[in-house]
Amino acid sequence: MDWIEIGSLDDIPPRGARTVESHLGQIAVFRTAKDEVFALINKCPHSGGPLSEGIVSGRKVTCPLHNWVIDLGTGEADGPDEGCTNVIPVRQEGRRLLLGLDAHRKAAVA
Amino acid sequence: MNAVSRQRLVVVGNGMAGMRTVEELLARAPVRYDITVFGAEPHPNYNRIMLSSVLAGEKDLDEIVINPRSWYDENGITLHTGDAVVAIDRTAKTVTSASGRVVPYDKLLLATGSNPLMPPLPGLDLPGVVSFRDIADVEAMLKAAQAGQRAVVIGGGLLGLEAAWGLKRQGMPVALVHLMPTLMERQLDVEAGTLLQRDLTERGLHFFTSGQTEQILGTDKVEGIRLADGREVPADLVVVAIGIRPNVALAKQAGLDVNRGIRVGDDMATSDGDIYAIGECVEHNGQVFGLVAPIWEQAKVCAARLAGDQKAAYATPPLSTRLKITGIDVFSAGLLTAEDELDSEVVYRDAAKGIYKKLVIREDKVVGAVLYGDVADGAWYFDLMRQGKDIAAFRDRIIFGQAYADGPGGNSGLDVAAMSDDTQVCGCNGVSKCDIVSAITSKGLTSLDDVRAHTKASASCGQCTNVVQAILSHVTGADAAVAEAMCKCTEHGHAHVRKAIVEQGLKSQAEVREALGWKTEDGCAKCRPALNYYLLCAWPGEYVDDQQSRFINERVHGNIQKDGTYSVVPRMWGGVTTAAELRAIADVAEKFQIPTVKVTGGQRIDLLGVKKEDLPAVWADLNAAGMVSGHAYAKGLRTVKTCVGSEWCRFGTQDSTGLGIKLERMTWGSWTPHKFKMAVSGCPRNCAEATIKDFGVICVDAGYDLVVGGNGGIHLRGTDHLCQVKTEEEVLEYAGAFMQLYREDAWYLERTAPWIERVGLDYVKRRLIDDEAGRKDLYARFLHSQTFAQNDPWAERVQGSEAHEFKSLAMVG
Ligand code: SRM
Ligand SMILES: Cc1cc2nc3c(=O)[nH]c(=O)nc-3n(C[C@H](O)[C@H](O)[C@H](O)COP(=O)(O)OP(=O)(O)OC[C@H]3O[C@@H](n4cnc5c(N)ncnc54)[C@H](O)[C@@H]3O)c2cc1C
Ligand code: SF4
Ligand code: FES
Repeated sequence: MDWIEIGSLDDIPPRGARTVESHLGQIAVFRTAKDEVFALINKCPHSGGPLSEGIVSGRKVTCPLHNWVIDLGTGEADGPDEGCTNVIPVRQEGRRLLLGLDAHRKAAVA
Repeated sequence: MNAVSRQRLVVVGNGMAGMRTVEELLARAPVRYDITVFGAEPHPNYNRIMLSSVLAGEKDLDEIVINPRSWYDENGITLHTGDAVVAIDRTAKTVTSASGRVVPYDKLLLATGSNPLMPPLPGLDLPGVVSFRDIADVEAMLKAAQAGQRAVVIGGGLLGLEAAWGLKRQGMPVALVHLMPTLMERQLDVEAGTLLQRDLTERGLHFFTSGQTEQILGTDKVEGIRLADGREVPADLVVVAIGIRPNVALAKQAGLDVNRGIRVGDDMATSDGDIYAIGECVEHNGQVFGLVAPIWEQAKVCAARLAGDQKAAYATPPLSTRLKITGIDVFSAGLLTAEDELDSEVVYRDAAKGIYKKLVIREDKVVGAVLYGDVADGAWYFDLMRQGKDIAAFRDRIIFGQAYADGPGGNSGLDVAAMSDDTQVCGCNGVSKCDIVSAITSKGLTSLDDVRAHTKASASCGQCTNVVQAILSHVTGADAAVAEAMCKCTEHGHAHVRKAIVEQGLKSQAEVREALGWKTEDGCAKCRPALNYYLLCAWPGEYVDDQQSRFINERVHGNIQKDGTYSVVPRMWGGVTTAAELRAIADVAEKFQIPTVKVTGGQRIDLLGVKKEDLPAVWADLNAAGMVSGHAYAKGLRTVKTCVGSEWCRFGTQDSTGLGIKLERMTWGSWTPHKFKMAVSGCPRNCAEATIKDFGVICVDAGYDLVVGGNGGIHLRGTDHLCQVKTEEEVLEYAGAFMQLYREDAWYLERTAPWIERVGLDYVKRRLIDDEAGRKDLYARFLHSQTFAQNDPWAERVQGSEAHEFKSLAMVG
């Protein structure tokens, strides 16, 4: 796995998200109120809504299209909805943010 | 896999009855069987009942799936869709499917449903003739509707009426032919049937009652129908909905005992003890079935038997019917009319309100009910009927409903406590009172949404919503309608929170959460936008709007579309534009290759399909031509529609266009609990449709009629008349005061229509008309808050605010 720098924590508003373009498609990088950072493929498991546009509260994001609530840590939808989106590993070094991407296994994420 | 000990269950028919039985079976004996399901349709199991709502455009096909494919996987069920079973070999104990699969069984369950009854009419095989049974039928009908064709529906029962209404909703001209003199004659008495026909005629359906179809006309496709009396009705689509017949072909061929349906005993077994049958394909004690309520009972019994219970026995429960046409309330159960002198009828009519109620009573017990126009007490009458309760004590009041029957001091509303546990509350999904109660208590549910999500009760046609709400209130002990918690983060309702913000001087979301004991640290997507609005409204100029608590549309000032692009609607004051503005819009559309330019229903122009990163540049160009955001995305002032008025129109009494522009200039930029729309019509012909707006003005010779609380949308509501005023200044004052009252009073996401229904028009009149000083204060507060609100959000973003919204952070890999 390669750790690729994508920017600084300050680039993302608290309780907000930014997107990163990658060979896996668009990735949403979230920052919680407590400055934790998570990354998910920017596609809601329901019908592909852009999760980066959702409202972030706690460790969850609410999809802007039909209000599914997705757990940022696991990518899973809150019950009773079922579905899961892919999680991308993130590392924080000081305020620098790095995404764990495996450039050679593009097929891992559909 | 330890398949050795498991028995094999094969289910023929992947419909409502079959899968309900499998669900019940899994709940009782999850590992007893290896289950294989064959379905002739290419879909997973869906809610057939809701096809009517799909046709009417109220639901999407993917919303009516009951068991998605993942459900079969998770439960280890082998599913073959699009593959009908064509033969049963009872000696070898195998079934064979159309595609050639041969699957052995230990137990076989037939759940093949029924087939639409097709009359032997010439022309029946012409393209354009469909029935109303499955998804394929609905897709064919929607296609015809899109092509803008005309429809004839044959059959005036539940199905036919729902088909006709759905097609009408899809914009088709629809005629309905019914053999009998009144509609739904098996469920309604003559009087209710006549009212129904009157109401549906008003809604634009055409009826040919006592109409016998003789022939379907056309040579290579349908062109119409001819009735026995010689009348012809043109049509490009003919829907036949005259009834259903149990689908028994497979059972018959296997040599099972079949009459009208597949004969089953109280144990739901057929004449072969290893073969069960259930649903619309069966006949039990000479009776066949066409509604889900008895089928849910059968499913329970059948599942219990399959799970090894030797005692479970089926008996047909009393049945009730409802018609799923939004805005038409019909309920019927039991006898429609008195049968002999022992029976008596109690009838109530209110012609003005279009209400009709009839109860059939035998020996002080309710044995039948027909309700039209007001069905609130349907569940109660039905329960009295099922329990065979003696009603002598309140017989004289029973027709007025439960609230009156209980007498003064009695329980008003639904008496949930008295409702028996097995009362079926939601017919669409087969949910009983006890299912709901146990979900609420075991999972700690507090809101209607939760109950819906967990039990599916009221999640389909929604007609039982009141009952579900009443059960929720009863169990949680809260008057949930009033005090329902804002969300899972708090016990407090909207009213309490709004009051606390003002009275305790709470000035930030964090303070509110702290002071009111929120259960979560930073709220959720439900409470945050509400708190943000309440704070903004309470402390104008002081509270700093929290972008991260706004829904995406309000954050980026455009409407998100299903493909993640945005729409841009510039304000067009009072619907008036200029050549220069149109030129600027045209330039923007070309420059940014905007795929769709559309005139909206709000008298302005929508640019649809703008890429998010282009938004600031699009706005900059529009700003440069003097245009600002139309807030087409906002819980705030949307549009002020106007008609041409006295400036041009020969009927115009006042300058409606000019007044509309003044209203829009005064109110734009304001945030409100839900969206807020206005209109000004120049005379009572009302071309600007002011009577379905939140605030409408109708100009008359003597001045201006002010109307409030109107709403288009799913639940149409005409406005209430507030008052008449003489001058434009007064119009502005009342408009501002009304808006402020709404801003300060209503709950977030409550539009003026439901708000007025809740607080009452009298209250609004008291605050705005009777209390002149109060009105002026409200108006002043409105104008004060506007001094902070009227900043064009587009211009702010063009200048760089919230820039992070529009650029991606990085490109990698
Ligand atoms: C663009 C427009 C349709 C059009 O092409 O004409 C439109 C488009 C939408 N309407 Fe509308 N409505 C539009 C006029 C109307 C009207 C007609 C009117 O205003 O005279 C109505 C009926 C009047 C009324 O509001 O009562 C109307 C009643 C609704 C409703 C039902 C509201 C209700 O309270 O029942 C919704 C749903 C909602 O808001 O929850 C809705 C929701 C929507 C949404 C926002 C759906 C959504 O959440 O994505 C659509 C956004 C499309 C977009 O991205 O631009 N739209 N909508 C119209 C924009 C008018 C404008 O210039 O701002
Ligand atoms: C438009 C519409 C509206 C309705 N509204 C209401 C309502 O408001 N309230 C109410 O109570 N009821 C309503 N009903 C009736 C209700 O939908 C039925 O009573 C219920 O679906 C019957 O369930 P079932 O499983 O017996 O039959 P179905 O749901 O029809 O399931 C039978 C399935 O078996 C399949 N099948 C048949 N033969 C084979 C074979 N040989 N091999 C494999 N598969 C086979 C069929 O393709 C079908 O999918 C409505 C029905 C319709 C069509
Ligand atoms: S624009 Fe309005 S009416 Fe049209 S589809 Fe969207 S919400 Fe429905
Ligand atoms: S796409 Fe996310 S909830 Fe529908």
